[in-house]
Amino acid sequence: MDSYDAPESTPRQCASSGLKDYFIGATPLQKRLESVRKQTSFIPTPPRRKIPQCSQLQEDVDPQKFAFLLHKQWTLYSLTPLYKFSYTNFKEYSKLLNAFIAAEKQKGLAVEVGDDFNIKVIFSTLLGMKGTQRDPEAFLVQILSKSQLPSEHREGKVLWTGWFCCIFGDSLLETVSEDFTCLPLFLANGAETNTAIIGTWFQKTFDCYFRPLAINAFNLSWMAAMWTACKMDHYMATTEFLWSVPCSPQSLDISYAIHPEDAKALWDSVHKTPGEVTQEEVDLFMDCLYSHFHRHFKIHLSATRLVRVSTSVASAHTDGKIKILCHKYLIGVLAYLTELAIFQIE
Amino acid sequence: MSVLRPLDKLPGLNTATILLVGTEDALLQQLAEAMLKEDCTSELKVHLAKSLPLPSNVNRPRIDLIVFVVNLHSKHSLRNVEESLHHVDATFFLGKVSFLATGAGRESHCSIHRNTVMQLAHTYRSPLLFCDLEIEDFRATMAQRLVRMLQICAGHVPSVSALNLLSLLQSSENPSLEDL
Repeated sequence: MDSYDAPESTPRQCASSGLKDYFIGATPLQKRLESVRKQTSFIPTPPRRKIPQCSQLQEDVDPQKFAFLLHKQWTLYSLTPLYKFSYTNFKEYSKLLNAFIAAEKQKGLAVEVGDDFNIKVIFSTLLGMKGTQRDPEAFLVQILSKSQLPSEHREGKVLWTGWFCCIFGDSLLETVSEDFTCLPLFLANGAETNTAIIGTWFQKTFDCYFRPLAINAFNLSWMAAMWTACKMDHYMATTEFLWSVPCSPQSLDISYAIHPEDAKALWDSVHKTPGEVTQEEVDLFMDCLYSHFHRHFKIHLSATRLVRVSTSVASAHTDGKIKILCHKYLIGVLAYLTELAIFQIE
Repeated sequence: MSVLRPLDKLPGLNTATILLVGTEDALLQQLAEAMLKEDCTSELKVHLAKSLPLPSNVNRPRIDLIVFVVNLHSKHSLRNVEESLHHVDATFFLGKVSFLATGAGRESHCSIHRNTVMQLAHTYRSPLLFCDLEIEDFRATMAQRLVRMLQICAGHVPSVSALNLLSLLQSSENPSLEDL
C-alpha cells in the first residue's frame, strides 16, 4: 500500500508533517478508512479547485449554438438519475409530454386567461455541452406555441425552456448502474406552472426526483472568487454583491458594487498558486471586501448573509437562480453548479 | 488580567461557573436560561461575554468551563471566537473548553463550512458540539448536556475529571496525535 511508504522519515518529521496534513485535510488513507467506518461518502470542503478554463470540447462547438442559453435567468434544480431514458425516443417523449400537458391544462390545474392549447413540445440534444467524454449528452426541452393561422409556417414563440446537463459528473457516474442516465443539473426558464407540469411528467416516467437547488453564502463567495479570477477581454457588467441583514421588522439589503477591473486587481494580489483557487484565497478576498466596507460604514458584513453575486461572467442568487453572461466560461460555471447538484443529491 | 487561567482562583463551595462566549446575544441568553432551569445539585452560575478579554475590574468566581459559540451563518462570529481564543491560557484546553456550532440546520444560510469549525476544534483539541440553538427542544437538550459537562469540569462528579471527559469525547473521527 503506497501510504505506508510515508513514515520512513524521522519520528519528529513524521509528526510535524502529520500535523500539517491534518490542518489541510486528512490523508487519503484516513479518508478512506473514515468513509468505510461511517459508511457514508466523506466530502470535505475541497481546499483547492480549478479556475474554469475554456475546455477543449467547447472549442469544437460553435459558440452561436449556445447563445440562446446566455443572458437568460435560469432556475436551478438538482435531479436524481433518470431510469431507462433513451436519446433515440425523443419523438415519442415529445408526443407523450404534449398529451400530458394538454391533459393537465384541461383539468383546470393550470388555468391561465387566454390560454391557447396549441402548444408543441420539442426535445433536442445539446451537443458539446459536457465536461469529459464520459458525461452523458445534455438535452433540451422546449414548449413552443403553435401558430393558429395555417399560412404562417414558421416556428411559434418559445414559451418555456428547460435543459438537463452533466458537466464533470464523474463522482456520480461511478456510483450508478447502466440503466440510469445521470443528468444532475436541470435549468428552467419560463412559467413556474410549466416547470411543475414537466417535472411531474419526468418524475412519473423516469422515476427521478427534482429538488430546487439553493446556493448558500459559502458557495456564493466561492463563485465570486472563481468568476473574478476569470480572464476577460472586456467587462460588460460591474461586480456586485448583495447582502441581506436579518433585522426586524423587515430585512435590510446592502448592495456593494465594484468596478470589475478593481475586483480583478484585488484578486490578483490575493492569488498565489496559478490555475487553482484555494479556500484561504477565497476567504482573504472576501475579508478584504468586508474590512473595506467596515472601515467606511462600520458595519460587519461578515455577520450578514450573502444573497446575490453578480460578475461579468455570471450572476447567481441564493434561491437558485443563475444568469450566465459569458460563453467562454459557460462550461466552468456549469461544472461548479453540477458539483453542487451532485452534492445535494448525495 | 488579560488571560483566563483555570486555577488562579479558589473554587466556591458547591459552585460551578460556565462562561459562554459568542456574538449571538439572544441565543446565548436563551441557552443560559435553559441551563439555569435544569435541576442540578451544584449551584450554577452562567456568565455571558461577547468576546475575550473580560473586563478585569469585575470580581468574578473561578470559571470551570468555557463554551465558544460559533454561528455557522456568520463569519463574524467565527473571527470573534478565533480572536478570543488568544486570551485563554493553554492549560484551559485540558477539557475545560468546548466549542458549540449553531445554525447547521439551515444549510442555505450557512456561510462557514462545517469543516472549518471542525478544524478549529481539532487545532485546540477540544470537543465540538452541534446544536441549533434557535429550536427550543434542541436547546433544552444541549443545556442538559452542558450542565453535566460543567459539573464534571467543576469537579463535582466523583471519580471523573475534565481530562477524563475530554478523552471520552474525543471521537473516533479525529484520531489523536499518537495514531499519526
